Amino acid sequence: MDDQIKSPLLRLDKRSKDSLGPVSVWGIRLGSIVFALLLGCIAILLTGNSPIKAYGTMINGALGSAVYRQQTVKKAIPLLGCALAIAPCFKMRFWNIGAEGQITAGALAATFVARLLSSSFPGDKPSLPLLLLMALAALLLGGLWGLIPGFFKAKWNTNETLFTLMMNYIIIGVVAWLQAGPWEARQGRIAQFAPAAQLPKVAGVHCGWIIVLALVILVHVYMKHTKHGYEIAVIGDSMRTAQYAGMNVGRIMMRTMFLSGAISGLVGFIICAGANHTLAKEIAGGVGFTSITVAWLSQLNAFAMIAISLLLGVLSKGADTLQTVMNVPVAISDIITGLLLFCMLGSEFFINYRIILRKKNGKGGAAQ
Amino acid sequence: MEKNCYAIELRGITKRFGPVVANDGIDLGLRRGEILALLGENGSGKTTLMNMLAGIYLPDEGQILADGRPISIRSPRDSFAHGIGMIHQHYKLVDVFTAAENVVLGLEDEKKLDLKKANAKVREICGRYGFEIDPEKKVYDMSVSEKQTVEIVKVLYRGAEILILDEPTAVLTPQETERLFAVLRNMREDGKAIVIITHKLNEVMAISDQVAVLRKGRYIGTVNTAETDPQALTDMMVGRSVSLNIDRPLYEKQVERLCVRDLTVYDHEHVKKLDAVSFTAKGGEILGVAGIAGSGQRELLEAIAGLYPVAEGSISYLPPEGGKRELVGQTPMQIRKQGVSLAFIPEDRLGMGLVGSMGMTGNMMLRSWRKGRLPFVRRREPQALAQKVFTDLEVVTPGLEFPVRKLSGGNVQKVLVGREIATSPNVLMTAYAVRGLDINTSYTIYNLMTEQKMQGTAVIFVGEDLDVLLELCDRILVLCGGRVSGVVDARTATKEEIGLLMTRVGGKEEA
Repeated sequence: MDDQIKSPLLRLDKRSKDSLGPVSVWGIRLGSIVFALLLGCIAILLTGNSPIKAYGTMINGALGSAVYRQQTVKKAIPLLGCALAIAPCFKMRFWNIGAEGQITAGALAATFVARLLSSSFPGDKPSLPLLLLMALAALLLGGLWGLIPGFFKAKWNTNETLFTLMMNYIIIGVVAWLQAGPWEARQGRIAQFAPAAQLPKVAGVHCGWIIVLALVILVHVYMKHTKHGYEIAVIGDSMRTAQYAGMNVGRIMMRTMFLSGAISGLVGFIICAGANHTLAKEIAGGVGFTSITVAWLSQLNAFAMIAISLLLGVLSKGADTLQTVMNVPVAISDIITGLLLFCMLGSEFFINYRIILRKKNGKGGAAQ
Repeated sequence: MEKNCYAIELRGITKRFGPVVANDGIDLGLRRGEILALLGENGSGKTTLMNMLAGIYLPDEGQILADGRPISIRSPRDSFAHGIGMIHQHYKLVDVFTAAENVVLGLEDEKKLDLKKANAKVREICGRYGFEIDPEKKVYDMSVSEKQTVEIVKVLYRGAEILILDEPTAVLTPQETERLFAVLRNMREDGKAIVIITHKLNEVMAISDQVAVLRKGRYIGTVNTAETDPQALTDMMVGRSVSLNIDRPLYEKQVERLCVRDLTVYDHEHVKKLDAVSFTAKGGEILGVAGIAGSGQRELLEAIAGLYPVAEGSISYLPPEGGKRELVGQTPMQIRKQGVSLAFIPEDRLGMGLVGSMGMTGNMMLRSWRKGRLPFVRRREPQALAQKVFTDLEVVTPGLEFPVRKLSGGNVQKVLVGREIATSPNVLMTAYAVRGLDINTSYTIYNLMTEQKMQGTAVIFVGEDLDVLLELCDRILVLCGGRVSGVVDARTATKEEIGLLMTRVGGKEEA
């Protein structure tokens, strides 16, 4: 009689918010990292290397010495800055995936100012006025690059995802043209910045890290304690509620996109004046996209972004080392990074849902 | 098959959603040739229970028996196979198809679609039970009640022997309800087993043979309709004795507060939603607004609040200190800045009136976030207001910062009503203020409305339950297809009178 009654093999059940303690939540997150590393072993084994040695190389390459650690921090700086930039948009549910272009726009503007004025700032020390002017130009052009899709969305309700994405290609194309044309120094490259236009170093790393740490606090205060932050949160929850409360949704949208683009532009300035000392069309290097992961993983919490961007810095630096030391193809390091991000984001699903297996002989039960 | 056994029997059915037990060990039996009313307040688990028969949810525990044999219903398909048909609250029809096309949609047993045969069979079903529907009429040309008929015919066409109707009268006028009941009685005579899910007591008394009562996910009992009365059923439903009377005092010094003249609006597809609407709302009265869902109620309130573009006409606010302020063409913020004291409790509480992800404090701030010259928000005053609403209206929440989205419907509404009333408005507009609320909270809301009225506020109360409108309001404005079809005195009007106005403008029937 009973064998007639079957339930499906697998089904999902939403967990209540409090059914999992913090220990289990972090257990699941940690478990997902371990799972991703195990999957990564397969990829490494396929190349004929020892996974243990490979992971050892990665960790050593990222954290093994002071120089390595500085390089890791250098990778984390733009990720953190850019995650902070897109946080207000994402809070507003405005899917700005154009940070890549906004970074490039900022870097372009900074480079323009550096080239224009470096003859007025001779000397081999960084010049504060010149750097400030470069930063200002970066803020403005980055902000403009964010404002344009914001304006179209506010006026004609265009799709911001496509719009911001397309804006990336435009500005990258402009830089490619400058690089191979008007601004070319030699072999399709733009000349190095004069010393006056280079960010000074503090504790072995360019001072961009101080700027982004200051931004963490500013963005946190802006989001949590200002009227603007409140408006953004209300719009993100329900646009109708925002209108009901008398908010000018279009204006707030444009303002927030300008701000977001401006911060991304500042990140572009930090990259070109701090790390690269020149401009190239690859200047953003995917930071604008990876930072989306940083923002999501930290659930838009400005302080959590510090930890997540450092983690991704470690991964990225470790992968570089893996490639050079063990002669593993770049693709393998990318696969490991991808697996880790995928599993970390995917683990949120298991925090929100549980999977129920079909009961056998009246026994068995929930599994994670 | 025994003659007396249940067509469908539920034994010890339990369903949990996370920590919430929606159904807790429920036993229930349906007989052929009988109408069972499944009665319970919102959130008591009626729909969840029936969804398990319809194959939408799987029970966590318990057994379902058909004609005494245990069965398992894993999908809507299984449910059809056992002759169960459920008519959901929200209809699932394809607008551009005809009635008959919708009825045969998704059937796989015939190789070729024979619409003529389908039309004939639909006509035959209609004839047998007394439905009035043209099989070749397109769904977009149909009224709500016709759409419901199509849904019912759809399940009968599939050979359903057990029909479940989820709140079938919620969207019908009194006359349409009567017609539906006549059809249900015919089906009962034909030997079908029928369940109607409802929370309206007078309908339970009018149509059912048996009443099964659920309360907070638990099965309370089944009684013969003939042996009970509304008061006894309410007591079963709520768990203690509740008074069902609404107090309606008269406020002596009524003055005109809001004057709407020839208001016409169009939606974004240029469909006329309000057509030359004129009326006056007086301070010290509750003006009810009745009408079939979608007759322009939402547009009317939103236009007054400055949230809906007005094509023609005027909305004048007459403040107590004298003078006149025109509201048409103003944004909500401009209206507020002019000192127009207007409170609005919209239909979509979480989507329009509140911020679901924020706590009570954040939601109180929605009215005051602009205060102060500094760029920072001030939390102290909204927090104090949240505390006051929490105490005065007995909001059940784990804390003032707990997201309101996770509160129960009644508590969500208390937060919204509490905030709006705290502004001491001169005009208070509410849309479906008690929809989805339990009986107790509903009465709390009715009392708050009357309290506001006795303070001289002009209350505009858009409602759907005509019995409540007739008991609560002073006057009732009836909308039909975006036009005012009449304004009646709620103390003397009858339900039938309003029902007729809901479908007619100036005596002529609307399509």
